[in-house]
Amino acid sequence: MLQTFFNLDIIGQAWKIILAGLGNTVLLSIVVVPLGLAGGLILSLLAGVRNPWVRWPLMAWVDFFRAFPPLVLLIFLFAGLPFAGLQLTGFACVCIAFFLNTGAYYGEILRAGIESIPQGQIDAARSTGLGRVQTMLFVVLPQAVRNVLPDLLSNTLEVVKLTSLGSVVAMPELLFQARQAQSLTYNPTPIVLAALIYFVMLWPLVRLLSRLENRVLARA
Amino acid sequence: MQLVVEARGVHKHFGTLHVLKGVDLLVAERELVFVIGPSGSGKSTLLRCLNRLEEPSSGSIVVDGVDLLDPRTDINRARQRIGMVFQSFNLYPHMTALGNVTLALRKVAGKSRAEADELGQAALARVGLADRAGHTPGELSGGQQQRVAIARAIALEPRVMLFDEPTSALDPELVGSVLGVMRDLRESGMAMVVVSHEMGFARNAADRVLFMDHGTIVEEGTPAAIFQAPSHERTRAFISQIQRH
Amino acid sequence: MSNWDRFVETFFNAKVMAKYLPDIAYGMLVTLELAALVIVSGIAAGLALALLRSLGWRPVNLLIVFVVDLFRALPPLVIIVFIYFGLPAAGMSPSGFVSTWLSLALVLMAFSEEIFWAGITSIARGQWEAARSTGLSYGQTLMNVVLPQAIRLTIPPLTNRTIAITKGTALGTVVAVSEILGMASSAVSNSYNPSPLTLGAGAYLILFFPMVVFGRWLETRMRWKR
Repeated sequence: MLQTFFNLDIIGQAWKIILAGLGNTVLLSIVVVPLGLAGGLILSLLAGVRNPWVRWPLMAWVDFFRAFPPLVLLIFLFAGLPFAGLQLTGFACVCIAFFLNTGAYYGEILRAGIESIPQGQIDAARSTGLGRVQTMLFVVLPQAVRNVLPDLLSNTLEVVKLTSLGSVVAMPELLFQARQAQSLTYNPTPIVLAALIYFVMLWPLVRLLSRLENRVLARA
Repeated sequence: MQLVVEARGVHKHFGTLHVLKGVDLLVAERELVFVIGPSGSGKSTLLRCLNRLEEPSSGSIVVDGVDLLDPRTDINRARQRIGMVFQSFNLYPHMTALGNVTLALRKVAGKSRAEADELGQAALARVGLADRAGHTPGELSGGQQQRVAIARAIALEPRVMLFDEPTSALDPELVGSVLGVMRDLRESGMAMVVVSHEMGFARNAADRVLFMDHGTIVEEGTPAAIFQAPSHERTRAFISQIQRH
Repeated sequence: MSNWDRFVETFFNAKVMAKYLPDIAYGMLVTLELAALVIVSGIAAGLALALLRSLGWRPVNLLIVFVVDLFRALPPLVIIVFIYFGLPAAGMSPSGFVSTWLSLALVLMAFSEEIFWAGITSIARGQWEAARSTGLSYGQTLMNVVLPQAIRLTIPPLTNRTIAITKGTALGTVVAVSEILGMASSAVSNSYNPSPLTLGAGAYLILFFPMVVFGRWLETRMRWKR
């Protein structure tokens, strides 16, 4: 059993490839998470606009990208865009697909956070002369982010896991490299290794989230 | 005597609800005007119109010589001259007391951090909370929170202070500390408009008392006149209801 | 042909879409079947684990927490790949369908256990004490007092999470499951035209957009009731 799933020889051969994959996964995450957060922030601020011509299309956009499976979006961009004359790298497709998808999720989370801030806070800030932007920046957003931090972290965890989808469009991230190594050696050890790396990398965040979630619901 | 607040013919509609029906309110320098009335009479709405937190449907509102309803007016700068204290305090929970007081000083009045802190400490000292500057709202009692809210408003050196039921959310034993600060403010010559149920305070400190009902000012006069010899039927009914408590 | 016409010819080619519509429709059925299986088995398993955890046996609880953490930390695609490509080395050969179902069900199990657990523990001690003091057994208290309240708290996060995980059925393409994306992808290669993908995208929207809107509606209803 151990020889099959945790073959030390194979680990010795494959670890360099796997490590390169890990590097790409980390790189991808570092790029995509801030992109998604920025997109989400823009969406959540727009959601505060009272004009129904803005709110309804916005809500439709958000629900669209929450309903659309990210893999399908990725494939659509990767396989479809060449037909429109655009030849994008796997990395670029992943970035765009993730920006659209995770932006919608982050946007929903931030929107709920912003809406949960009582009107009294805004009244108080405006009554001392703070402008709309200043009120949002110094009074509303700091509180909103603090309130939805568990959800933001949870979604970030999802985004990092989502990078594994890059393997489908031949992006050399962790899972792709593991599968390459597996098909070269006819042994599933590289996949076990990749799984182990994912676990070690993400488990602390999972534990942290578990603690935070329990505390939040307990207060409800 | 200069007029600090000149509100004339203020109407406010919320949808089909006509909440303010042509209200006039004039407040002179150093005057304390007390507004009483049953709930739903429009007193809070009137107060919130005075710093344009509510937009009047029609009428004119001039505070410290500035026409608040003129679209060319910089409402943020105008609001620095008008201080407001809310029933639910509305302190920023993510900042200390000093932070609460200095935020507008830094961001709107453009003071440096050092200047703002100095002015903030002074304001906190005026309300008797100089030693609590580093505490967050969660670490303060209701009365202390409201006093910080007052400090936050007076730090900007307003020309008039608006109080929207400042003690209604406080436990009885904490009310006195807030009223004490309000009395001090009165003595230092601040013009004040107070919406409240604290009749004792009105009797002792108010220059004029206004009775509002169903969106209009039914009667106004000195505290003695209103409380002891009201001329209107509705005023009389309200006063006797209050005094029964 | 104008640019717009060319765009429509390429991505919305009616002939190609008509030709592959049956395939996509078949894919929808497979997706639905997979989704239904994942939702039912995942949530049932999660609830079972949460109830087991409420009994309070420490060694069992440690195991449950470990398993739950494991399936929350691993990307679903990694699990699918492991089951489909890895298990054969141990003698088992699950099909693509089973691999996808198992993987997504395990992930949903882990997330729903956490959600149910948080719901159960948030019901105040006082409720337990009141019920037990009137003579209700552990099971009766759970069924009649605690769970009904916990379920109200858990429905919004649970619906959100379920929708997110069920979208993972698209991952089945990687292991040759004939669900929507799989059928659409082969149609694209066969016809050298991306319209089947557009059709497939539409199919996913038809399936999942109502779910998202339903989830939103559910959230607002739960909020009012509080």
